[in-house]
Amino acid sequence: MKIDPKELRQLLESILYVYGYDFTEYAEASVRRRVDNYMNIKNIDAPEVLAKMILQDEKFFEEFVQHVSVTVTEMFRDPGFYRSLRENVMGRLATYPFIKIWIAGCATGEEVYSVAILLKEAGLLNRSVIYATDINQKSLQIAKEGVYPMDNMKTHISNYQKSGGIESFSEYYKAKYNSVMFDKSLKQNIVFAPHNLAVDTSFNEFQLIICRNVLIYFNQQLQNKVINLFYESLCPLGFLGLGSKESLLFAEKKKYFDDVDRKEKIFVKAR
Amino acid sequence: MADFKQAYQAIVIGSSAGGLHALSSIFELLPADYPIPIMVVQHRSKDHNALLEEVLQAKCVIKIKQADEKEIISPGCVYIAPPDYHLLVEDNKTFSLSSDPPVHYSRPSVDVLFESAAQVYKKQLIGIVLTGANSDGAEGIIEIRKNGGVTIAQSLLDADFVYMPRAAIQTLQVVHVWTLKEISSYLLNLIR
Repeated sequence: MKIDPKELRQLLESILYVYGYDFTEYAEASVRRRVDNYMNIKNIDAPEVLAKMILQDEKFFEEFVQHVSVTVTEMFRDPGFYRSLRENVMGRLATYPFIKIWIAGCATGEEVYSVAILLKEAGLLNRSVIYATDINQKSLQIAKEGVYPMDNMKTHISNYQKSGGIESFSEYYKAKYNSVMFDKSLKQNIVFAPHNLAVDTSFNEFQLIICRNVLIYFNQQLQNKVINLFYESLCPLGFLGLGSKESLLFAEKKKYFDDVDRKEKIFVKAR
Repeated sequence: MADFKQAYQAIVIGSSAGGLHALSSIFELLPADYPIPIMVVQHRSKDHNALLEEVLQAKCVIKIKQADEKEIISPGCVYIAPPDYHLLVEDNKTFSLSSDPPVHYSRPSVDVLFESAAQVYKKQLIGIVLTGANSDGAEGIIEIRKNGGVTIAQSLLDADFVYMPRAAIQTLQVVHVWTLKEISSYLLNLIR
């Protein structure tokens, strides 16, 4: 049995009330799909049974949150985006003595290491700090470890090359059994921390914020709220990179951003 | 005009291998003001971003466009799921995109579109599975039927790749098994 929109809204509202986790402004269709999927895995066939278990058992709730808030990505996803970062953003970042970058909704970290590699190749890594945040603690843990299945490396390497990478990609990791582990030197300037875009506030000022394929999961109000948060968290002339199907179309702050690369969704905060 | 609007609010179509030919032979017969919105998942490589829409548009008068997230679903338009994203329908008749893992090795996945559309449009939905070499769409067909919608599969003699329509038919939840020609005339008859 699948959860219907009304039952879903009730469930999300009681989760907000009981646990303070706010999923009520998420795009419903995706959340619904994930909840259905979770009920399926757990062999729960009625939404009211799920609701009862979630509200009565905090451990079960945490597992549920991990499941419904998980996102997936790959290294150098959409290589054109990373090529554009190399060509249009790295040079401008180089003019700052100290570079602060926020990767919001970093999932399991593949794109964090991608950015670290770009910075390293631009000679900027040792004066940069990357704040990589996600709502999902399990994903953050994987991101922190920087260990990924060997099976995905073919895609990662091909993406890296398409992004304009000319180094030997294998320099960046060590392969062991069926996994690869990314080099410590890439990690030393990365801070992994939990952050919930739906409720948490700004925590620093950045020259570059990257938030890819996260806004698509939010409804218009929450998208707007998060863009406001990014606006406040960027320095003047700071850059914002979104996912290939995301835009500032519905954001109040739209007029305070200029296009850097319209196709790759890279914007700059106007002075 | 009011009658069919009450009957059907949306058409969802899934296709894979051989889909370009099948889709264009249906869409080229539709008038520009075809009143029921059409949403398509065609399995595609993520490297060919706009090509599919352009190729189809060149042959059709009805507007063909890639679906954008939060876009309001309107008549007179064929919306195609963007490469590398699932396409979903929200309760308020707008689109959502998702980057969730592939379903049946596919992103976009036919099942994802069909299941979310079925929840929103219920019996006012028509779901069509065309040619393809993958079982994506079969579960979506079940969901559409469960919600009272109309389900159609391309007939196996007519399809370039039979696997996908056959998987749909094997669910026993397909109401009509038709050739492309029959599917087109059905869609046109809805507005007569």
